[in-house]
Amino acid sequence: MNVNQQPHMASPYGQPQPGYGGGHVPAGYPAQYAPYNGPGSAHQQGPPQGYSPYASFPSKTVATNLVSDLSSSSPLDLGMRGPPTSGAPPVTPAQNYSQFGQGDTQNGPPPMGAPPQRPSVSQPYTPGAVNLSGPQPPYNQQFGALPNSMQQMTNQMASMQVGSTAPSPAGPGYAPPSVSHSPVSAAYTHSAPPTFPPTSAAPTHPPPTEGVAQPPPQSYYGAPHSAQQSFPNAAPAYSAAGPTHPQAPPPVSQQSFPQAPPVSQPPFSTGPPPGPIPGPRTHSYGGPPPGAQASFQRPPLPASHPAAFPGGPTSHPAAFPGGPTSHPSAFPGGPPPTSAPSQMPGVIPPQPPVSQPTSYHSGPPPTAAGFTPQGGPPQRPPLSGMQAPPHMTSQGPPMVQANHVPPSQPGMPPVPPNASMSGPPPQPGLQAYPPQQNGAFGQVRGPQPGYAGPYAGQQNYGAPSAAPAPAPSAPKRLDPDSIPGPQASDIPPVQKTRHRIDPDAIPSPIQVIEDDKANKGSEPFTTGVRGQAPPLVTTNFQVKDQGNSSPRYIRCTAYNVPCNSDMAKQSQVPLAAVIKPLATLPPDETPPYLVDHGESGPIRCNRCKAYMCPYMQFIEGGRRFQCGFCSCVTEVPPHYFQHLDHTGKRVDCYERPELSMGSYEFLATVDYCKNNKFPQPPAFIFLIDVSYNAVKSGMVGMVCQELKTLLDYLPRENPDMESNIRVGFVTYNKVLHFYNVKASLAQPQMMVVSDVADMFVPLLDGFLVNVQESRVVIESLLDQIPEMFADTRETDTVFGPVIQAGLEALKAADCAGKLFIFHSSLPIAEAPGKLKNREDKKLVGTDKEKSLFQPQVGFYNTLAKECVAQGCCVDLFLFPNQYVDVATLGVVPTSTGGSIYKYTYFQAPTDQERFLNDLRRDVQKQMGFDAVMRVRTSTGIRATDFFGSFYMSNTTDVELAGLDCDKTVTVEFRHDDKLSEETGALMQCAVLYTSCSGQRRLLIHNMAVNCCSQLADLYRNCETDTIINFFAKYAYRSLLSSPTKNVRDSLVNQCAQILACYRKHCASPSSAGQLILPECMKLLPVYLNCMLKSDVLQPGADVSLDDRAYLRQLISTMDVAESHVFFYPRLLPLQKLDVESTTLPVAVRDSEERLSRGGVYLLENGMNLFLWVGANAQQELLQNIFGMPSFNHIDPSMTSLPALDNPFSKRLREIIETIRTQRSRYMKLMVVKQEDKLELIFKHFLVEDKSNNGGASYVDFLCHMHKEIRQLLS
Amino acid sequence: MATYQEFIQQNEDRDGIRCSWNLWPSSRLEATRLVVPVSCLYTPLKERPDLPPVQYEPVLCSRASCKAVLNPLCQVDFRAKIWACNFCFQRNAFPPSYAGISDVNQPAELMPQFSTIEYIVQRGPPTPLIFLYVVDTCLEEEDLQALKESLQMSLSLLPPNALVGLITFGRMIQVHELSCEGIAKSYVFRGTKELTPKQIQEMLGLMKPATSGQQGKPLAPHDDSASCRFLQPVEKVDMNLTDLLGELQRDPWPVPQGKRPLRSTGIALSIAVGLLEGTFPNTGARIMLFTGGPPTQGPGMVVGDELKTPIRSWHDIQKDNARHLKKATKYYEALANRAAVNGHGVDIYACALDQTGLLEMKCLANLTGGHVVMGDSFNTSLFKQTFQRVFGKDYSGEFRMAFGGTLEVKTTRELKVAGAIGPCVSLNTKGPCVSDNEMGVGGTCQWKICSLTPATTLALYFEVVNQHNAPVPQGGRGAVQFVTQYQHSNTQRRIRVTTIARNWADAQSQIQHIESSFDQEASAVLMARLGVFRAESDEGPDVLRWLDRQLIRLCQKFGQFNKDDPNSFRLSESLSLYPQFMFHLRRSPFLQVFNNSPDESSYYRHHFVRQDLTQSLIMIQPILYSYSFYGPPEPVLLDSSSILPDRILLMDTFFQLVIFHGETIAQWRKAGYQEIPEYENFKQLLQAPLDDAEEILQTRFPMPRYVDTEHGGSQARFLLSKVNPSQTHNNLYAWGQESGAPILTDDVSLQVFMDHLKKLAVSSSA
Repeated sequence: MNVNQQPHMASPYGQPQPGYGGGHVPAGYPAQYAPYNGPGSAHQQGPPQGYSPYASFPSKTVATNLVSDLSSSSPLDLGMRGPPTSGAPPVTPAQNYSQFGQGDTQNGPPPMGAPPQRPSVSQPYTPGAVNLSGPQPPYNQQFGALPNSMQQMTNQMASMQVGSTAPSPAGPGYAPPSVSHSPVSAAYTHSAPPTFPPTSAAPTHPPPTEGVAQPPPQSYYGAPHSAQQSFPNAAPAYSAAGPTHPQAPPPVSQQSFPQAPPVSQPPFSTGPPPGPIPGPRTHSYGGPPPGAQASFQRPPLPASHPAAFPGGPTSHPAAFPGGPTSHPSAFPGGPPPTSAPSQMPGVIPPQPPVSQPTSYHSGPPPTAAGFTPQGGPPQRPPLSGMQAPPHMTSQGPPMVQANHVPPSQPGMPPVPPNASMSGPPPQPGLQAYPPQQNGAFGQVRGPQPGYAGPYAGQQNYGAPSAAPAPAPSAPKRLDPDSIPGPQASDIPPVQKTRHRIDPDAIPSPIQVIEDDKANKGSEPFTTGVRGQAPPLVTTNFQVKDQGNSSPRYIRCTAYNVPCNSDMAKQSQVPLAAVIKPLATLPPDETPPYLVDHGESGPIRCNRCKAYMCPYMQFIEGGRRFQCGFCSCVTEVPPHYFQHLDHTGKRVDCYERPELSMGSYEFLATVDYCKNNKFPQPPAFIFLIDVSYNAVKSGMVGMVCQELKTLLDYLPRENPDMESNIRVGFVTYNKVLHFYNVKASLAQPQMMVVSDVADMFVPLLDGFLVNVQESRVVIESLLDQIPEMFADTRETDTVFGPVIQAGLEALKAADCAGKLFIFHSSLPIAEAPGKLKNREDKKLVGTDKEKSLFQPQVGFYNTLAKECVAQGCCVDLFLFPNQYVDVATLGVVPTSTGGSIYKYTYFQAPTDQERFLNDLRRDVQKQMGFDAVMRVRTSTGIRATDFFGSFYMSNTTDVELAGLDCDKTVTVEFRHDDKLSEETGALMQCAVLYTSCSGQRRLLIHNMAVNCCSQLADLYRNCETDTIINFFAKYAYRSLLSSPTKNVRDSLVNQCAQILACYRKHCASPSSAGQLILPECMKLLPVYLNCMLKSDVLQPGADVSLDDRAYLRQLISTMDVAESHVFFYPRLLPLQKLDVESTTLPVAVRDSEERLSRGGVYLLENGMNLFLWVGANAQQELLQNIFGMPSFNHIDPSMTSLPALDNPFSKRLREIIETIRTQRSRYMKLMVVKQEDKLELIFKHFLVEDKSNNGGASYVDFLCHMHKEIRQLLS
Repeated sequence: MATYQEFIQQNEDRDGIRCSWNLWPSSRLEATRLVVPVSCLYTPLKERPDLPPVQYEPVLCSRASCKAVLNPLCQVDFRAKIWACNFCFQRNAFPPSYAGISDVNQPAELMPQFSTIEYIVQRGPPTPLIFLYVVDTCLEEEDLQALKESLQMSLSLLPPNALVGLITFGRMIQVHELSCEGIAKSYVFRGTKELTPKQIQEMLGLMKPATSGQQGKPLAPHDDSASCRFLQPVEKVDMNLTDLLGELQRDPWPVPQGKRPLRSTGIALSIAVGLLEGTFPNTGARIMLFTGGPPTQGPGMVVGDELKTPIRSWHDIQKDNARHLKKATKYYEALANRAAVNGHGVDIYACALDQTGLLEMKCLANLTGGHVVMGDSFNTSLFKQTFQRVFGKDYSGEFRMAFGGTLEVKTTRELKVAGAIGPCVSLNTKGPCVSDNEMGVGGTCQWKICSLTPATTLALYFEVVNQHNAPVPQGGRGAVQFVTQYQHSNTQRRIRVTTIARNWADAQSQIQHIESSFDQEASAVLMARLGVFRAESDEGPDVLRWLDRQLIRLCQKFGQFNKDDPNSFRLSESLSLYPQFMFHLRRSPFLQVFNNSPDESSYYRHHFVRQDLTQSLIMIQPILYSYSFYGPPEPVLLDSSSILPDRILLMDTFFQLVIFHGETIAQWRKAGYQEIPEYENFKQLLQAPLDDAEEILQTRFPMPRYVDTEHGGSQARFLLSKVNPSQTHNNLYAWGQESGAPILTDDVSLQVFMDHLKKLAVSSSA
């Protein structure tokens, strides 16, 4: 939840700085620090400049903010900036990486931070290095040594990671964690010992992050409890949140708990989820299950801590500062030792290496460590323990150390060892504190359990921490501090010193995802309880419809809606629902029942016309019902009358889906049909570009060949029946060719319409035919089309008339339908809708940029309107070799509920599979035609805005010419009155559509959410993924009207307001410098950053306008699962793939630091699929995957993996298949070799890193965010 | 010396010429006083089995403004190898190839019997004939089927190398591509949008730039034989086209109740014209339109698609109530002119019970020499046989059609050409022999006749130049040369040259001679053509009045009478039939629109202005034969008195062939006497007119409507409307007698007409 204690900054920093300055400088950092310090004071000012790179951040202000943040955390900044600001960092990292990778490689690499830092740091630090010299040498040595072991380690690591990952997933299982830990620890011991342990551990295990995250949660949870305390410690350590948390947490946590308690799980879900691991940990801490709750309760506190975690990063900076400051203060006590150690040149030096790494990883941990130090010796122990566990496995070590340290103070000693021998030390430490270390590691995951027991003391600590409430702030700071401390000292060697924030210490999406899986994936989600947030989209779960719609249909941004608009405005949390009306359900869930209310049609409220649903209250013995939406009382028609039982429910309640289910369908009567007559079955029309480019790319032949078989799989309602859908064919270049494929013809007839200025359909009979009846003619046609145009030289194409043609054909046939347009080039032929090439990159970044997203001509808008009126949905498959103006061509598809598929530089051999799979899916998918969607809500709120692929002719009816199972409509709600907590907020989404068999139906989805009068409730029960989905759609639409920069700024601003509001109204009081994030939203910054970095909002030089327009339009119909993975790609490590298991390996965070040179990773974002092969990947692995003996033999141009007969290959291909089936579009596999040219593309998807085109790294952005928030608060 | 009758006959046989006067008055004033202008009917391609074409090119006068062709009237100096042009008196040297000529070795064109001669020009590659079918698909199933069969049949009649194309239309227009395998391709146009020729050619991919291969099949250049995908040699696409026609469907667009099908004839024609224009300009081609109803949409629409709005009638037209008339007419005229410029003929085959808009479309055929055929249904022998006859062949196996003809008229300087009336358009060639006065299509000495048949006959009107005080010297001869260049159906370019000469006569001193040189048949037709030509633009009554006045003046000029004594009125033999022709002309459907639809009027007029003299006369005054036991078949008066119970009448009005059984005969026939052996003679009697009718049918184009009726039959109206109503309900004296059948009409009878004529002719006040 919260945490980043930047608050420290100011004062703390000031102090810290001095302290640091003093300390560091003396240490030898002086030089560097000095400047920084300077910045520290002057930082704010200076930084901006320095940050220029940050300019990447949208606005200068941001930059400044960042700066300020940094500055605030001057110390941190120092560290932080060093890397970021210096700009060098990015570069350096790379260098580092390379170096690193080579050097220590995997383990090392994992640490990422370490390597990168090194270089940069090393240089700058060198001086410091001097101080660190001690450490450095060790590193070197270690590394040197490590390499050997490292390589092995890598392997081991891999296994380790796997293990660790496994654990994490197992997270839930407490045992696993421990186990994992053990491995981890082992890993650490090995590799870690080197120095990597921390880093590597952190990265690989990232668990660190998780750990971090966990810690928070734990801390939250733990805070309450002893365990919590321990957490608190951790937490405190993290964000010093400890303190704040303790205070705030209680309330919050309590609140949350209160609720949570009732539903123990829920709380977990909320709390735990954040840090899946935390959960575990907490559990472990709290004491497994039972304790868990207790722990949970504590967690709440931790929860706040969690935030702390997130803050972690920021906090780091802050922490640093805080560390310095608060720590200083704290340190003074004893903590200093730990943190100080790290920080302290003298002391630190030794620790630094070790502790730093740890601290880094556990960024938070470090904080924790810091806390421990700060927390004051007393707290420390617990904290340390807590921290360690919570924070990072990696931290574990450090933490442990810290913890240990504190306890015995030996912290110092241990640290030193670590520091001295980053590797060894850890080990030693670990060894020394086997339990602890293990715990530490384990803490991260497994440790908990172990710790739980062992750490009774921790609890104590926790208690202390709790007690220290006041200290919290310090702890928070500590977190940062701790991080800084350790990092600075430890990892600082290279990385951490600079980044004061440990990437592992900030909220980890992976951790959150894994926690949620662990907590919610196991049992069915029942929808009966109002206001219950569903599991995350990344979690596999089963849904039981008990009165509300499945989250597969509707997901809300908040499940606790503010009672009034003031609250809503205050919080700035968007109230929106992401509705996917025709979502495909897994086979084990029942599709909506079909209800027939007879000739009179569905029963509806007299006033608001809401359809019969579970929210209707039957009164007067069942003779009337009161509408849940508008409270109007309506007579029950005689044929629908039923007696009520003693509870006031209708006796037949459970026999009628419309009274007991959230989703169901009504059979519509003729009153619901156009022109008062039942619709004709819909039609599919295939319009194929046969110009030179299209033919040459192989597209034409491919489409024709594929259609021959595909036509047998047209959607149908009853699988045994033939599809009622009729088909028609058109080809075109600069004229259109219609085909008469009437069954009675001996050969197809082609009708050329050259009069494109005034399109019409040249034939009536025989254009749209039943596939079965006309099969022979159709096949003959599809055989001939490629032949006929094989020698074409016509390069010009038209586009507007093509759509018109389809539209006219549907009009003539008086039916709805869908057009499949296969198009290749910019339509420059003389015709309506003719376009010019307006690609002008010079406009990018200017106020005119928005015009590039707007259609070039108004023609298509008008056309789209006509299409919608007829129920003509348009799907566009683009095969461009150059600019085609997707922004304009896409107008009709996006207004008619259609899709756009784009295959740039299409080459039949390589793109065939992708295209054909997309086509198959697109043709076969279930869909409704000529649909109208209406969202009704309780009095008090109103659907005010809609996002998606549709057209609206008024403000309430969403008109969709076509609606398929992948299309999502996002609806924003606003208050127009007050809501009551009693009744909650209801919404009913009714979709009137024509099914593929021509039946007119009404699909109803009902959703009820709670209302709250406390902001805290709101923040406790919202869903970040959905919010991001909404933001993305909102922002992408804003691009049409505002300069990109403004859009970005307002996004950042709104998020800052959301978080600031939480900080102000919900979080326990704490120093202003602390970053406190709500548990539910702790990933908001990272995801937001991902969105801001997307090609649409921040294009790189190589991103074409078409790509941006394409993505922009694509996002508008994405559901939450798709948008989630789109913005935060899934990165699966394969080197530890368990070929026996059926589950996917636990993902790692999208950062280069997490990639091991010895590993192979799979990355997917719903659009792209990469297989990244590390340069040092083991021969066996390569042999298994590629059948190639060495890295050099791998052909990066392959698009599918060879089918090798070994379990690994099979399993891998299986995974790829699975992933592909999860997405609505087929992803072409790209093999990326490390250090290959293509890697640049791949790196673009490592969204936590700084991007080439100026996108901020996660850490940097968090800092920025924090600064924004602080500004708002002040 | 032969009689004028023989002279006339001879000239007609040799030159295809009938002149109104065979002696020409020597001054303009005198010519004017003759009432009937100096004029002639010329049948350029009159079949002359005895005239073998010569295989060389004509020798032309070297004077640029003359260019007359060497002819028998020229003076030749065989020694000097020089000839003098008889039109401009230019002396020309013979070309080198004539080096061997001498008195005894004369080229054909110098021999008197070759006053008409045909040259074959060997220039340029032969261009195949082109037939572009434009087929209406808004037909009843039966009709369409019959039409399809006819069309398929016609393919076998076409010359194998002829290019053929197919355009079908209904609501839309489809231009079929004929050379594709495996798939039937067509270009489709909507019927409501007017397109410029350029657009059409662009859309059909006929533009040069587009030839690079719109369909992937590179187009050959236009002048190549495979130039156009839409027009292919019959021999190549015979099968394809037969299949294509076989699969032709009725226009699939639903026709709501109370509506006419939407028929885009206007656009279809414009596309056809545009297509040929773009591909084969100045090449012989026929656009053959087959339509089963009026154009109902787009430019050229004749009537809306609402059935409740009837197609314009004469009444509507006179009341200026025909909304689309002017616009449509203008549209088709523009089309016709375009087609004519490119030498393409347009035929219209309109088969429907109701009108089909011939009135508006007539100019298409009229200006380009195309055929117009009007029938009730494509599923009738009238259409089928007529259509078959289009592809009839002559004695030498050549098609009876020619294309892209131009007729040039050259006159000696005493004459000027005032105009022509016939299926032609002016080429606007000004020359020294062009008169300022226009009669018919004037202002030019050249006309284009895009499509000709051997029967195509033009009326040419001349003007005598010399003023009264400077008359043409006696003894001279005026000469006229007709030069017709055309594309023969065997794709040869040919030139037929006819040179005629007539003596000049002083009207005052030689009026008797002039009178006796009067060709009353030709004059009747020539005057009728003028009348019809006027009727196209003037009100019917005005034309009648004009005709009447001309007749009266003629009678005054040549009649012998005492002033104010009608009974004394006499006309010489050479004029005796003329008033009767005029009487029947006045009653003819060419001038009377009563009881005829505008389409019918147009149809009749169309044929009237293009048929030769004999046919034209039949049209003016139908022929009536009587069959009886009392003797061989005999022509009888076209008079109600000829309608007797024991007679069988055969009337040929050109457009109809009516066999009328008298009351008694009809009863006998009904009783079945002809089946009884003893009454073999009766059977023969019944058969006789049928045989004669068959003979007429064999040669007649278009096929006349064949009516077999009897006394009291409803179809007897065809007969009753034609005969002179000498007995009507008004002159009851003959009522019930055997002398004939009364006609229920208020029309005046010939007797009354003549009485009035005499009265007016002799009246001093007239």
